[in-house]
Amino acid sequence: MELLVSVALGVLTASGVYLILRPTTFSVVLGLTLLSYAVNGLIFFGGRLKAGAPPLSVPGLANQTDPLPQALVLTAIVIGFGMTAYLLAVALKAKSESGTDHVDAGETR
Amino acid sequence: MFSAPLPLILLAPFAGLLLLALIGRGGRSLTAWTAGLSMTGGLAAALALAPEVFGGATVLWRVAWLPEWGLDFALRLDGLGLLFTILILGIGVLIVLYAAYYLPKYDDLQRFYMSLLGFAGGMLGIVLAENIVLMVVFWEVTSLTSFLLIAYKYQEVEARISARMALAVTGGGGLALLAGALLLGSVAGSFDFSVIEARAGDVRADPLYPVILILFLLGAFTKSAQFPFHFWLPHAMAAPTPVSAYLHSATMVKAGVFLLARMYPVLAGTELWFVIVSTTGAITFVYGAYVALLKHDLKGLLAYSTVSHLGLITLLFGLDTPMAAVAAVFHIINHAIFKASLFMAAGIIDHETGTRDMRRMGGLFYTMPRTAVLAILAAGSMAGVPLLNGFLSKEMFFTAAVAHPGFDGANLILPIVATIGGMLAVAYSARFVWDVFFDGPANEMPKTPHEPVGWMRLPVEVLVALVVVVGFLPQWSVGPLLKVAAEAVLPGAVPEIKLAVWHGFNLPLAMTVVAFGLGVLQFSRRHKLYALQERYAFGLTSPVAFERFYRGATRFSTAFMALAAPRSLQRNLVLFISFLLVLGGWAWTSTEMASGWVGMLTGPLPVSEIDVASAVAFAALLFGALSTVIYRRSRVMAVIFMSVAGTVVSLAFLRFHAPDLALTQLSVEVVTIVLLLMCLRYLPETPVAQSTPGRRVRDGLLATAAGVGVTAMTYAMLTRPYETIAGYHMANAKPGGGGTNVVNVILVDFRGYDTLGEIVVLAMAALGLHALLTGTRMQGPPTLALTKADRYPIMLAELMRPLLPLSLVVAVYIFLRGHNLPGGGFIAGLVAAVALMLQYVAGGVDFASERLRVNYVRLLGVGLGIATLTGAASFWFGMPFLTSTHGYVYPPVIDKFELASAMAFDLGVFLVVIGTVLLAMTDIAALRRDETSAPAGASAKDKG
Repeated sequence: MELLVSVALGVLTASGVYLILRPTTFSVVLGLTLLSYAVNGLIFFGGRLKAGAPPLSVPGLANQTDPLPQALVLTAIVIGFGMTAYLLAVALKAKSESGTDHVDAGETR
Repeated sequence: MFSAPLPLILLAPFAGLLLLALIGRGGRSLTAWTAGLSMTGGLAAALALAPEVFGGATVLWRVAWLPEWGLDFALRLDGLGLLFTILILGIGVLIVLYAAYYLPKYDDLQRFYMSLLGFAGGMLGIVLAENIVLMVVFWEVTSLTSFLLIAYKYQEVEARISARMALAVTGGGGLALLAGALLLGSVAGSFDFSVIEARAGDVRADPLYPVILILFLLGAFTKSAQFPFHFWLPHAMAAPTPVSAYLHSATMVKAGVFLLARMYPVLAGTELWFVIVSTTGAITFVYGAYVALLKHDLKGLLAYSTVSHLGLITLLFGLDTPMAAVAAVFHIINHAIFKASLFMAAGIIDHETGTRDMRRMGGLFYTMPRTAVLAILAAGSMAGVPLLNGFLSKEMFFTAAVAHPGFDGANLILPIVATIGGMLAVAYSARFVWDVFFDGPANEMPKTPHEPVGWMRLPVEVLVALVVVVGFLPQWSVGPLLKVAAEAVLPGAVPEIKLAVWHGFNLPLAMTVVAFGLGVLQFSRRHKLYALQERYAFGLTSPVAFERFYRGATRFSTAFMALAAPRSLQRNLVLFISFLLVLGGWAWTSTEMASGWVGMLTGPLPVSEIDVASAVAFAALLFGALSTVIYRRSRVMAVIFMSVAGTVVSLAFLRFHAPDLALTQLSVEVVTIVLLLMCLRYLPETPVAQSTPGRRVRDGLLATAAGVGVTAMTYAMLTRPYETIAGYHMANAKPGGGGTNVVNVILVDFRGYDTLGEIVVLAMAALGLHALLTGTRMQGPPTLALTKADRYPIMLAELMRPLLPLSLVVAVYIFLRGHNLPGGGFIAGLVAAVALMLQYVAGGVDFASERLRVNYVRLLGVGLGIATLTGAASFWFGMPFLTSTHGYVYPPVIDKFELASAMAFDLGVFLVVIGTVLLAMTDIAALRRDETSAPAGASAKDKG
């Protein structure tokens, strides 16, 4: 299972990195989203693959998972959304100003 | 010892600066009076403390600044500080008066006096600082304000270049000084000068001593214009004359020699100090005097003469004998007095004749006799004529030179250097007096000279009076001040200072006589020297070298920046990722690999079994991620494949017991996809540029390397045990936070401050988007001729309307239970946002906007306001920010539920999330040009 998770995060990273290196703004947005899946996953699995209960502090519930990485990732997901939205706005504005969706619009390529 | 007036000295100029800023352009005399009175106030505060200092005490004052770093805002006033304070503020007052008459009528004196006061405050900070880091801070203040002062006539190219040069040289020295101060502080164990002074022996014995010494000397030599850093000073003559008189005679350039004096008890007393400081001083002393003789520009002569005299002071400190150190301090006083008056006299001459070229003026003695007498007296002091103050310190220098242990007997270098320097000083002083006041064509001057107004001459008169008084009655006038100042430089080792005009016939007197004889001879033969100079002018002078260096450095950094931070984002990213890979690879290979590669990779934890569901999900993720890459140009397909990967990620959160995360990821997925699809309309379908195959291979390799690295890292992490720090959170969630959902309690309570920051970031992203897109209109591809029903399918619309209240109830439910069970503000906000978003999707933007009259920007503000006020409410109960409380409420009908103050905070989170999502959506929807959106809106209205 550990190997499966590791390879999954690796593939997400590789796809994300390849996409953010593309010249098209839309690909960069997609790549960044994949990359944030990978990063969120990495932080989340910092709590290890523990077979246990959700982190609820309820009597009788034992062997819970680590709540800290979860709290970290929860806000990271939401902020990731904010970043995606902002990046889309930048892409749209760049298109509207320069007429192209090249990430280096107007600059040396 | 605590004492109130000490900070007042420092405060006075800065308070005056603020006052000037407030009164604005209140007229010339008001600004001048404000500046003058604030300097006078500081001087009065200093004089109020003077009796204590004369009593032998060092006045200290401190407030904590960064106590955990050992930095206090600590001030000290000892003899040396008092001497400099009097020079800075005393001459400062005179300069304020002088400048009011010197600067042209149309000039804005507010700016000038503000810079001047800032500079005076910086100088005072240097001389009053007890903490050496504080001293460096004020050192930089003087560098920056002197930049402003030199560039006062910023319309002139020369002024700008000179200011830049001065800033580069003295600012560079300031950096060296900072490094030196930090090293010295770490070696001595404290940044307090008193402590450092007490541990001087340890400092000198430390292996880092040479480094510290050289760094401090770099600071001192650049500031005090020592060879080879002297060149900025003559260039700084582009400044208005009051600035030159102040900065380049009495203060700025004296900061360097002040540093030598201040650090003398700590850093002096070694062979290294002696060699570096005395050699530099001697070279500067002779070189400056020689060049001064060649200058035809009045201020140029004075500037190089200043360089020379600063060299003399440096040389005296370098000689490293008590007598020489006393002479150095004495010469600091004398030079400040006669040079400031000479600069001001030069300014008057410039002002009244319209030129500074000594070849074009002459006979001024007959047209402006009083100014002439004053200038001649000051020049006599510069040359070292008896009965003037300059003579006394020069005699002391000669005495110290003769008495130096390293040079007695056969070795005569030092006395010879001293005599040559003295001779040159006599020659250029004589040239100044003769060419300006007596000889020369009187008719070539642009203006007909006459005496200036009395107020303009008053500062010169005051200073020249001091020249004479000190010259006649040294012991009576400056004796006590010199004594306390010398005590600060030479703790416990001050020789008996005999200030007298006549010391009898001795070797120093003979040297003076020789210097005068040769000097006059030199003066009479000066024209031969000029001819020689014209024929063999130096090719590579320091300013030229500086400019070459400056240009070269600029070219280098431009080239380097083009390479390291290219304007192309793509190339930037390639560099960044490559750098990360190199770092990762380096960490990997530099680790001890006792058990080989596999051992590195695999930790001690047992590996868990793979179940079928996970394997299927894994396959789906791989498919989704790789297909996103492959189908990135068919963008809708790519978005769908990406959502496959995203869904697997949510499932993984669920599988590994993070219900909150699964809910969050799922709802974020929905809103992200809607936004992405909305944007597609405005982005070109066929990308403009295709990467070359070579670039694709390169990026593929980078991506693969990154993926392999992350896989290896994750695997290594997952197979190693760790110590969680969540125990506290688990145990205290219920009793302390009033909730059982630990994730939510962490977000809104334990780490509430972080969450506040995060929703602020979220709101900022939304506002940034709003700012970018407001007013932007974009043309999408021509819309297909869809019927209204096609555009907004009736089934969807009919389904969505009853669904809205239902989903809002779900959102409220998730919000309320969030503190105890999976849910909370973030998730509830996303769910509500999705529900509202669907109304837009189903009915059209205009349809929904009609019914949802909410200003989302304001909603962000309300949400942030609620969250912040909840936090601030705890102040009301005398608790720190964001302290939470909780209790139970028993509303009718529904079951009891717990109400924690953290829930109000969560409400803020909830509103910010909704605001962000919907603001983003409506802004992107509003991009559509009006002509196409209007019918759509109308049709939606028809249906509604």
